[in-house]
Amino acid sequence: MIWDLDLLILLLVVSCALAAITVKDLLSATVIFGVYSFLMCLLWAEMGAVDVAFTEATVGAGVSTVLFIAAILHTSRRSKD
Amino acid sequence: MKLLQERTEKQKFGESLIIQTAVRMMVPFIQLFGLYVIVHGHYSPGGGFQGGVILGASFVLLALAFDLRTSVRYMSERVNNTLGNVGVLIYTGVAVLCALFGGLFLDYSALDAIIPLGPIAWRSFGIFLVEVGVGLAVMSIMVSLFWDLGSGGEMDEGL
Amino acid sequence: MKALALVATLVTGAILLYGTMDFPAFGDPNAPAAVHLSNNYIEQAVAETHVPNLVTAVLGDYRGYDTMFETVVIYCAGLAVVSVLRRSKS
Repeated sequence: MIWDLDLLILLLVVSCALAAITVKDLLSATVIFGVYSFLMCLLWAEMGAVDVAFTEATVGAGVSTVLFIAAILHTSRRSKD
Repeated sequence: MKLLQERTEKQKFGESLIIQTAVRMMVPFIQLFGLYVIVHGHYSPGGGFQGGVILGASFVLLALAFDLRTSVRYMSERVNNTLGNVGVLIYTGVAVLCALFGGLFLDYSALDAIIPLGPIAWRSFGIFLVEVGVGLAVMSIMVSLFWDLGSGGEMDEGL
Repeated sequence: MKALALVATLVTGAILLYGTMDFPAFGDPNAPAAVHLSNNYIEQAVAETHVPNLVTAVLGDYRGYDTMFETVVIYCAGLAVVSVLRRSKS
């Protein structure tokens, strides 16, 4: 565990989370959420939990992004608030 | 060249020849990697869940690059549902088999009574059987989740 | 309303941060989670199951019930989605 690498990844995670809830376009929010998942995957791998990182990369960044896009295509792309 | 132009005009919106060719070349390697992750879970990170998700993602990629009918042609809905049921059945079946042959529920060393390989080798092999069951179930459920959510349940158009 | 939500989020985050101050340090060998059962797994898992990856050994063998019902939960989720959404065309 390298604390300055940790700090960098955690700052990026927080900024990704803030960007995902402030952006108006829901498709962009989905892509930013995928970036968030990959950063979390990097954090797990850096802390030594490689299996959790693998699951996060496949499920969080792969499948859930696709399911979000499928949901967006059946509803509206713009956020109301 | 003329053929290519006619083909391009016939294509629906959002379909591209480059993406389709790339996906057609990538999908076998993705599926091979998914099987490797399931089988090699004893020695490296991974296992049934992750490998099943990768296998399911290859069919999702086919449905995204072509359309839903193409992915259904590669693996029909009936086969998909059967694989999911068989996956859960493998896990619970191994567990019940352990109980039937005189061990505890999910105690794989009891399976030594069927084929004598030694109880420790059976514990390793039982984990492998269970991972294959988990992989099949997770693959089937990921694919059917995408099919039903992406097409609104109609299974003909969509994404 | 938004200011209230912000205050609630900040207070909850501060309480959670205060709670982490009592946690053992990362990789502490005397942490409560590392002194009871973990050493047993680390010493005996390879001899008992012939699986070098300890995570697979724990998930597939020692905690088999957990993985089994995890699979059943995913199966039930897929079954619910299919039975709610799937419509035949006729």
